[in-house]
Amino acid sequence: MVMRFACVYIADFLVQAVVRGQPSLGESALAKNALALISGAPPLWCVVAANPAAFEAGIQLGMTKAQVAQFGNVQICMRSEAQEKAAHAALLDAVWSVSPRVEDTAPDTVILDLEGLTALFGADEKIARELARRVAAIGLAARVAVAANIEVAIHAARGFPGITIIPAGEERRRLGSLPVGVLTTEAETLDILERWGVETLQALAALPVLQLSERLGQEGVRLSELARGVRQRALVLAQASSIFAEEMELDDAVEELEPLSFLLGRLLDQLCARLEARALAVRAVRIRFELQPSFEKDFQTLREDLRGKPDVKQYEKLLTLPVPMRNAKTLLKLLRLQLQGDPPAAPIQKIYMTAEAAAPRVAQNGLFMPCGPDPEKLEVTIAKLGKLVGEGNLGCAELVDSHRPESFRMTRFVVVSEQNKRRRKNEANVEEHSEARATMTGLRVMRPAQSVRVELRDELPVRVYLRGMRGEVVAASGPWRSSGDWWQEDAWQQDEWDLEIEFSGPSIVGAQHRCAPSRQNLNLKDSERINKKTELSGRQRGLYRIYYDALRQGWFVRGEYD
Amino acid sequence: MAASSLAALRSKIEGDLRGRVASPFAYRDRNAFELVSTGIPEMDALVGGLPRGAMTEICGAACSGRTSLLLSALALRTADGEVCALVDARDSFDPLSGNAAGIALGKLLWVRCQNIEQALRATDLLIQAGGFGMVAVDLSDVPTKTVRQVPLNAWFRFRRAVEDTPTILLLLEQEPHAKTCASLVVRLEAGEAQWTEASASSNYYPFAKLLRGFAVRTDVVRSRLQIPKELRAVDIRRGTQPKMALPRDADRRVFEAETIWSK
Repeated sequence: MVMRFACVYIADFLVQAVVRGQPSLGESALAKNALALISGAPPLWCVVAANPAAFEAGIQLGMTKAQVAQFGNVQICMRSEAQEKAAHAALLDAVWSVSPRVEDTAPDTVILDLEGLTALFGADEKIARELARRVAAIGLAARVAVAANIEVAIHAARGFPGITIIPAGEERRRLGSLPVGVLTTEAETLDILERWGVETLQALAALPVLQLSERLGQEGVRLSELARGVRQRALVLAQASSIFAEEMELDDAVEELEPLSFLLGRLLDQLCARLEARALAVRAVRIRFELQPSFEKDFQTLREDLRGKPDVKQYEKLLTLPVPMRNAKTLLKLLRLQLQGDPPAAPIQKIYMTAEAAAPRVAQNGLFMPCGPDPEKLEVTIAKLGKLVGEGNLGCAELVDSHRPESFRMTRFVVVSEQNKRRRKNEANVEEHSEARATMTGLRVMRPAQSVRVELRDELPVRVYLRGMRGEVVAASGPWRSSGDWWQEDAWQQDEWDLEIEFSGPSIVGAQHRCAPSRQNLNLKDSERINKKTELSGRQRGLYRIYYDALRQGWFVRGEYD
Repeated sequence: MAASSLAALRSKIEGDLRGRVASPFAYRDRNAFELVSTGIPEMDALVGGLPRGAMTEICGAACSGRTSLLLSALALRTADGEVCALVDARDSFDPLSGNAAGIALGKLLWVRCQNIEQALRATDLLIQAGGFGMVAVDLSDVPTKTVRQVPLNAWFRFRRAVEDTPTILLLLEQEPHAKTCASLVVRLEAGEAQWTEASASSNYYPFAKLLRGFAVRTDVVRSRLQIPKELRAVDIRRGTQPKMALPRDADRRVFEAETIWSK
C-alpha cells in the first residue's frame, strides 16, 4: 500500500505572520503592496524578510532601515516573534482539524499523514483543497503538496505555488524543474553546486552518486537522494497542544476602550478560529496587559525599581464562562463589560490572551423541553445586569444549611438543561400542581431589618410603634426562640413573633393604597369599586414577623406576610 | 381586471415583506394569548391564567397576598422546567419562602435592585434577552407616587417587547400603572387571618398558637383575555370547602395562602 503525505508550507512565513496579526496591512500586502520586515537592535535595524513585491521593488535581505526608507513604496514593519509563534500554533491547529497524525517540521512547514482521510474528504486533491481552505480560515495563505514521500512533498510545497499532487513514481520528473535552493542544506554546499553549474534538481539527480559522495561526503548522497525523490524517512508525530494563546505588541500604547476592543476582537477572532479548527470551545479567557508606566508615577516606579520589583506593570482579567462558547462577538461583549467595570490604570503596550479550551456544549435540548434563554445571550445579559446592580446582587439564591435567619448565599446563575425531563401539558400541570401544593404564604423581607418599639404586657407584645404609627396587636404567636454560632463573632439569639397588627393610621408600607387612586388610569366601574373598598377599610391590618434580638437588645421587623 | 390587479398588488406586498412579516394580510387577534396556570385554582377560574406574551399587573396593598401569588406562579413555572427571572425592586424576596412554596431556586434569576430605575432597566435587559418563561417585576414596596412617574412609553415598550414571545411579564404593584399596556389587571385584598386555637392546657400561655395563613380576595380590574370556556367551567372548590363565603360577584374569588407549618 502506498502511503500519502501532504505538506503545508507557508511562503514568506515571517511576513504572513505579521500580516495575520495586523489586518490593517491588508490582504493585498502579500500580493501588491511591498512590505519589508526589519529586526535587530534599535540603531542597527536590518531587513530579515520581505514579500515578493518588496523584492521586485529592489529590497534585499540585510538592508538597513535607512536604506529601505528610501524606497517610498515599501512599508516597513517590525518582525514579531510573538506573532510568528501564534501563527505557527494556528497552523498546527488548522492541520490537526484534518488529521491527527501531524509532524511539526518547521515554523512554516507541517506534514500530514493522509492515511484514512480519503473516506472523509475524497481524493488527494480534495484533501489538499480542504487543507488550503482551513489554513486560509486562520489568516494564512498555504501551499500544499501531496506525495508518497515526505521529502518530496516538502520540496514540492516549497517549490510550486498552490496545490501540487505528485503521483507515485513521478517524483524525479516533477521535482526536476525545481532550483537546488529548495533543498535544506548548508549555504557552502549550495555555493559549491552553483560553481559546478548545477541549478536544478534534475541536474543534481543526473550526477553520479559515487563521485558526488567523494566530493561532498554523505551530504552529497543525501542531496542526490532528495533530488531523485527516493529518500525515505518516518513521520515524527507532534503532540496536540491544549494551550491557545495569542499576543500582540503595540507600537503605540492604547488608552481608550474603543480601540482596545478592536484589538481584542481581532485576537478573539483568531483564537475562536483556532478553537473551531480543533472542534473546541472556550471555557475561560484570560487577558493580560502590559501597561505603560505613567508619567505621574515615575517617582513611585523609581522607588519600586530600587526595591527590586519589576518595572513593567501588568493588568490581568479572567473571564470564566458557565458554558463553553465560541462566538467571538459574545466573548468581546463580555470582555468589554468586564473592562468597563474595572478599566486598566494606564495605557496598554502589549496584550496577551489565553483561552482555556473545553468541549463545546450540546445545543440540542429535548423536543418536549421548554425553550430557555440562549446561554451566550444570557451571559451577556447577566454581565450587563451585574454592571447595573452589582455582581453580588445578581444570581441564584442557594439555601445554606443553617438555622440562622436569612441564611442563603448568591451563586452564579447557570441554565442547566434537563434532557430527560419531559414537559407535561399545561392543563395536566394545572391540576397536578394545584392539588399537590396549597398556596404558600409569602414573606416579604425588610433588608436591613427595621427597628421597632414594642410594648409588652406579661412578656407578650401588645402594642407596636413603627415609623411613627401605633399598632395594636390583635393576635400573636411566639416567641420562637433560636440561637447559634455562639462560638463565633457573629453569634445570634432571637425571639421571633408572628403578629397581626391593626394600625390606627395609614399602613406601614402600603400607605398610598389608602389614598384615592389616580382616576385617569381606571374606568368608572373600577374607581367606584376602589372607593367602596377604601371606605370599608378604615383600619389597616397586617401580618408581620418581628423579633427581639437578645444580643443587640432591641426589637426589629423581619418582614411582612404578603 | 380589478380583482387580478388586487391579487397582484397583494402578492407584491407579500413578496416585499417576505422574511420580515410572516403573513401581512392574515388577521391576528392580539387578545388571544396562551394562558398558563397561576398555581391557584381560584385565580385560574377567575382570570383563566397568566397570559404569555403579555403584561399582567397584580396590585394590592401590603399584606394582600401579592407575594403569595407570585411565589405560586414562579413555583409552577420553574417546576415545568422554565427559566424565570425576578426583578426585586426593593430586595425583599425571601428565598426560604420561595423554596417552601416550591420554587426551583436554581431556575430563578434573582436581580436585587435598590431603586426603580435599576428595576426598569433590568427588566428591559431581561425581556430583550428572551427565553424566560416569566419575568416578574416586584414593585410592591416602591411608593405609588414614584411608580406613577414612570413614563407610559416604558410600559408600552415592555408590552411590545414581550409580544409574540412565550414570556409572561408579571408586575406587582400597589396600584395599576401600565394602563392599557396591561392585558390583565388583578387587584388583591387581604381577608381574615387564620390562627390555630390555643390548646386548653396552655392557659398560662395564651399566645401558644400558630399563624395558619390568610384569605385573599381577588378582583379583576381589567382583562382583555379570551378565556376558554372549559377554564370558566372549572370547579374552584375541587372538593374542599373554602373557609370564607364566596362573593356573588362573578369577578371576585377568594383563595387562601397558608404558612408552611400549618400543614
